[in-house]
Amino acid sequence: MSLFYLVAFLSILFSLLVIFTKNPVYSVLYLIATFFTFTIHYILLNAQFLAVVNFIVYMGAIMVLFLFVLMLMNLNKETEPMKSNVLKIVGVIAGGTLLVTLIGAIKAMQTTAVSTTTNTQIGLVGNLGKVLFSEFLLPFEISSILLLSAMVGAVLLAKKDKRTQNG
Amino acid sequence: MEIAFLVEKLLLVTILFVATLTVAAYSTYAERKVAAFLQDRVGPNRAGPFGLLQPLADGGKMFFKEEIIPSGSNKWLFIAGPSLALLVSFLGTAVIPFGQNIELFGRVIPLQVTDINVGILYIFGVVSLGVYGIMIGGWASNNKYSLMGAIRGASQNISYEIAMGLSIIALLLVSNTLSFKELAEQQHGWHWNIIYQPLGFLIFLVCAFAETNRMPFDLPECETELIGGYNTEYSAFKMGAYMFAEYINMFVSSAVMVTIYFGGYNYPGMDLVNGALGATWGPLVGVAVMFLKIFAFIFFFMWVRWTVPRFRYDQLMDLGWKVLIPLAIANIVITAIVITVVDKL
Repeated sequence: MSLFYLVAFLSILFSLLVIFTKNPVYSVLYLIATFFTFTIHYILLNAQFLAVVNFIVYMGAIMVLFLFVLMLMNLNKETEPMKSNVLKIVGVIAGGTLLVTLIGAIKAMQTTAVSTTTNTQIGLVGNLGKVLFSEFLLPFEISSILLLSAMVGAVLLAKKDKRTQNG
Repeated sequence: MEIAFLVEKLLLVTILFVATLTVAAYSTYAERKVAAFLQDRVGPNRAGPFGLLQPLADGGKMFFKEEIIPSGSNKWLFIAGPSLALLVSFLGTAVIPFGQNIELFGRVIPLQVTDINVGILYIFGVVSLGVYGIMIGGWASNNKYSLMGAIRGASQNISYEIAMGLSIIALLLVSNTLSFKELAEQQHGWHWNIIYQPLGFLIFLVCAFAETNRMPFDLPECETELIGGYNTEYSAFKMGAYMFAEYINMFVSSAVMVTIYFGGYNYPGMDLVNGALGATWGPLVGVAVMFLKIFAFIFFFMWVRWTVPRFRYDQLMDLGWKVLIPLAIANIVITAIVITVVDKL
């Protein structure tokens, strides 16, 4: 339990640092650390598959892409684009409304009894796969088609760009 | 019991750590000797007999050289880059079984630090993490060549990870497990996965070359275009850490390929040898065989480096996206069809 509190504290600390650091590259690095603490949370819950997938997809792929784009643009403190006060005020208002919405949603939420499973092995690969391919087959297939269509769309956009460049 | 377990794991980790370092150090020596042999030269032969002390001399040189941190660089990240690269490269050895269970002092000890049931995915995660060392170091150097190297490293890593993952999926269809221990056990007695997955192995091999930034895919440190790539600004042991990380990665990827495609510690006539030598010395022969196979792979890595010229960057991307990924997908489909047909018969 104390381990959980330590890791939870670290997740919150790192996510706060993501917001409060000025340098975007630092932000991304803190975000990677945040995702790493999430991986530890999953392992503490005995959800090994989820832990490793979180590790591969978020830490290993998505954050590499984030870092890649940031480095490509080479944003430094001097070239930070958002400097005008109008933008800052707009940002505060937008963020504030989001906060109000979230608080409202949480207040309206019904807290039902905490659902618990007796099966502590549910997070292991074999069990998860069986559930995914029997009980939740339709949602699983639909989400994979969604991802496929997104991928095809991205490829199409990239191709279009190339043709105009060459033509 | 608890303490014995801890001691046993600690010993195993220490031995593995030292063995990995030794293999990596002597890989640098072997690389120069192999290069010399392929180019009809003598190679290092001054330090000790046959130049065998050369890695120690090189290591000492790395430690005592002047350490330069460029003034325009980001100090913390500049140090974090090589440290991260070295750290991450060691992580992979934790899940690789180096032998069968061994009996020592009346205890049965598995020659694997940990057998997690998502072992292959873990290796995959560690590999994908490896690029951070290069990216952070390259960016923190505040040098455009370093940055170019870092960006190349990142995009190359991401591109080849996809094909690598797809080639592993086909393997999983055959083996039905993600655990390295079970994978190694399944291949006992000539059921090596290379026989069932030749195309998958080929794809995995090419991707392993790309993921470890080895020739012919060493574009992140391509010296003809980028001076030294991501490690241009590094000197002394930080440079050494990057170099070491590359050799350790080579060792780990060789170990992974041996375990999942070439039967791991299994060899023909294993049961006979085990029966003759008993439960202590039998598995040790298996360990020796495993290391022989790994060394063969490391030699192959070097052989390729001094034989195949470097790819151009667009050729690298074309190979990854237009050749390997379609091939890997075709491999999955064919494997799935064959398995279904065989099951039905």
